[in-house]
Amino acid sequence: MIPVLLILVPLLTGLTSFFLKNERTVRSWALFASLVTLAVSLLGLTLLKDQQYLFFQAEWMASLNSSFSVRLDGMGQILCLLNAVAFPLIFISTWRSNYPKANNFFALMLLAQAGMMGVFLAMDALLFYFFWELALIPAYFLCSQWGGPKRIQVTFKFFIYTFVGSLLMLVGILYIYFHTKDTSFDIASFYKASLTAKEQTWLFWLLFIAFAIKMPIFPFHTWQPDTYEQSPTATTMVLSGVMVKMGVFGVLRWLLPVLPDASWAWGDSVSTMAVAGMIYASLIAIRQDDLKRLVAYSSIAHIGLMCLTIFSVNNIGMQGVMIQMFNHGINIIGLWIVIELIERQFGTRKISELGGLAQKAPAMAILFVVIALANIALPLTNAFVGEFLMFTGIFTSTVTKYNIWFTVLAGLCIILAAIYTLNLIRKVFYGNTVELTVNTSDIKLNEKLALGIIVVLIFWAGIYSQPFLDVTKNVSTDVTNSILDKPEINKYLRK
Amino acid sequence: MNALILSAVLGVIMMFSGVMLKQKSAVRNIAITGLFLLLVVNILEMSGMSFFRINTAGMMHFDRFSLLFNCIVFFSTFVYLLLSARDIEKTGNYYAEYFTLIFFILCGVILVSSFQSLLILFLGIEIISIPLYILTGSDKKNLKSNEASLKYFLLGAFSTGLMLMGIALIYGSVGSFSTAQINMTEKPGALMIAGMILLLFSMSFKVSAAPFHFWTPDVYDGAPTVFTSFMATIVKVAAFIAFIRLFGEAFGNLQPQWQIWIALITAATLFIGNITAVFQQSVKRMLAYSSIAQAGFMLLSLYAMNADAKEGLLLYSAAYSLATIGIFAVLIKMNDYTFDGFNGLAKYQPLLAATTTIFLLSLAGIPLTAGFISKFYMLKAAVATGRHLWLVIFAVLMAAVSVYYYFRVIQAMYFKEGQPGIITTSPVFKYTLVVLAALIIILGIFPNLLLNWYYF
Repeated sequence: MIPVLLILVPLLTGLTSFFLKNERTVRSWALFASLVTLAVSLLGLTLLKDQQYLFFQAEWMASLNSSFSVRLDGMGQILCLLNAVAFPLIFISTWRSNYPKANNFFALMLLAQAGMMGVFLAMDALLFYFFWELALIPAYFLCSQWGGPKRIQVTFKFFIYTFVGSLLMLVGILYIYFHTKDTSFDIASFYKASLTAKEQTWLFWLLFIAFAIKMPIFPFHTWQPDTYEQSPTATTMVLSGVMVKMGVFGVLRWLLPVLPDASWAWGDSVSTMAVAGMIYASLIAIRQDDLKRLVAYSSIAHIGLMCLTIFSVNNIGMQGVMIQMFNHGINIIGLWIVIELIERQFGTRKISELGGLAQKAPAMAILFVVIALANIALPLTNAFVGEFLMFTGIFTSTVTKYNIWFTVLAGLCIILAAIYTLNLIRKVFYGNTVELTVNTSDIKLNEKLALGIIVVLIFWAGIYSQPFLDVTKNVSTDVTNSILDKPEINKYLRK
Repeated sequence: MNALILSAVLGVIMMFSGVMLKQKSAVRNIAITGLFLLLVVNILEMSGMSFFRINTAGMMHFDRFSLLFNCIVFFSTFVYLLLSARDIEKTGNYYAEYFTLIFFILCGVILVSSFQSLLILFLGIEIISIPLYILTGSDKKNLKSNEASLKYFLLGAFSTGLMLMGIALIYGSVGSFSTAQINMTEKPGALMIAGMILLLFSMSFKVSAAPFHFWTPDVYDGAPTVFTSFMATIVKVAAFIAFIRLFGEAFGNLQPQWQIWIALITAATLFIGNITAVFQQSVKRMLAYSSIAQAGFMLLSLYAMNADAKEGLLLYSAAYSLATIGIFAVLIKMNDYTFDGFNGLAKYQPLLAATTTIFLLSLAGIPLTAGFISKFYMLKAAVATGRHLWLVIFAVLMAAVSVYYYFRVIQAMYFKEGQPGIITTSPVFKYTLVVLAALIIILGIFPNLLLNWYYF
């Protein structure tokens, strides 16, 4: 029941939003809808966590052996929670942002949420593909309608990129479908598909490119900084907070367990790409003057670390990835909220044109500093827990013999992250005020509320993260074991 | 058989209605009612109620596949008339004749969807083609229309010639026109192979597959837009049904011989159609190339030639025809056929823009639309063969290219400023578009609504 509600609530409320004409009504309606979704998600985590509530299956395309089957497992729980938490935060923090044709804007936002929920819940490959694309369409319209001056070209690039990726994935899915024992799209059949090592290799790349574009992993990342920069910030929050997790999620659910041999065999190649991307993105971030682009590149580096950890195939690391997916989503939304505030107030995102905000807007400064410190994974913050687990995972990885190298190079990126993040704080918030920022006003109640919630979450997950780990424990073990327990891989592992 | 006779009769009725009735609307209403009847009698035949028992001497066979396909064609034509009947009248003075010709073309479609003999195939193709030559040139005072008509006629006659030669060669080799007989040939000789290749070429011409596609853009562009819509959809899918029947039933055993040819033609069609469409400035011409590109996708069913392929082709005919008819119906209402002509349409005509977007998304193959599920079936059929996977990957890459030109229209409508000149539209027109868009989405989620008819 819960999974169906998670999809239906945003879907139906989104569709009705198209017909609401009054701007205030549609805003309240969207906020209400997102809060209902959040309530449903929390219900699934707490009161109704029996399997019977978390699973739903209905006949869909029987002739193809494809069914509408959705289930909340640990990973689904955590990502649906992220999705459900993100939207109220976005709606609250952008309460004062002005969107022409607000009804369409909020309708598309809710539809995007419904699409992503479906991705995280689908237990059928065809259904997964359906939602994977559906999440993209509202995002496309959101970015091209309400974005910056170069929005049309940039969003189009984004769309084509992801569309190519997903079509290649579709070919891969079809091929696997014909090699399952009962020719079915069901995830259980996919996990048992019989594929030779050679078939797995090219299937791996067909699928991985789709996920790599979404995450994005170097060298498939070029759409991302432009899109983040040009999109309206509310949509950027959706894209970077939740939608990139679709890529990470895809690898964890649909790549590693389905194609274990190839994932193991090509793990080092992917890890190298991830590490290269991390360093590359971090170095670029240091030189950025545009706030949005800086955060965009920092996001590439963070996601690269998750990808690297996934392909180190280690139980502790997997746990780290699961909880870090949630943490990264929360933290980056916090960063975007502040950037949106700055842009709305000063009409610029250039670091060089700003300065001394802390003198005039202390509340904003304090909240932002906490979030920024979480971005560089300081102890006591949520990202520390995730990154610590991930680094432990990479370091103790048994599948690669370059684990030390990967740890060192990835560790370098933490230092680089500190450089660009602290630089950003110093230049924008401290020092003397400049002409532009003399009359800065502090943040309003709604923004305080959104940022406050984020800070509370940051500390909660940073100090007491056991609940998060408990939820995802089984899934991470399953994913890890799907590779490590295979006899043909097991004999090559470092002991 | 019901529909074949009724459509011939209706054609004659339409011819006289032009003389008897003075009111344009009466003629139009007769045509629309006639089509509805056609659909009804065809459905009746599907459920076992055949009004005529005529011995066709094994030359025709109305199986579920052909009957269901006829249903799709009649329904598409019905929608087409609802949307564009008024525009048909505006083309020239002899408005009743245009409806007559459309009914005769439908006769041809019924023939080619149910032939068991090469003679019937030939008759069907000719009955489709000759009225089309006239319709293409129906805008008599327009030079481009005349040029298109002449071009179409000359090239069409040439390809018909090839087809006849192919049939003659096959007859010489087998001694029969019956497709079942031809398929029983144990060892195909050179005559047989040559005949088959000639038929392959002439059919490729009819479905405008590369490299036999050169007539398509000019003819589609030159013909009056209402008839382009008809030609690019209903006639094209009918040619495909003939193609798949011919190669499945007459040359099914020779598949190893022709499969690689079809694979190459498919790849070339996809490539040329999609790449050329990218460079067009006029939406009408873009749609002409897009029809070539879509033909490339439909050719995948021919290449695969399995159960999935047949289901897929049925779905594809429905999805492609309905979406394209919808887009053309909107295009006819525009004053300016260039991409810029669509600028800002969403602001002034939100309903037209929204429905057109759904049609375009369907053509591009975005999930939740019928276009996706039909492309999915095509890919599935091709992957099921287990060979030539490069073709499948190439096809999806080309599908990604197609997004470029379909989305240009969406971008113009939604994200660019402008004042589109548009002829006023009636409420019926708008309702039909909405129903059509809804139908495309419903079919995209539950394709079995259509496919179940194939089996039960």
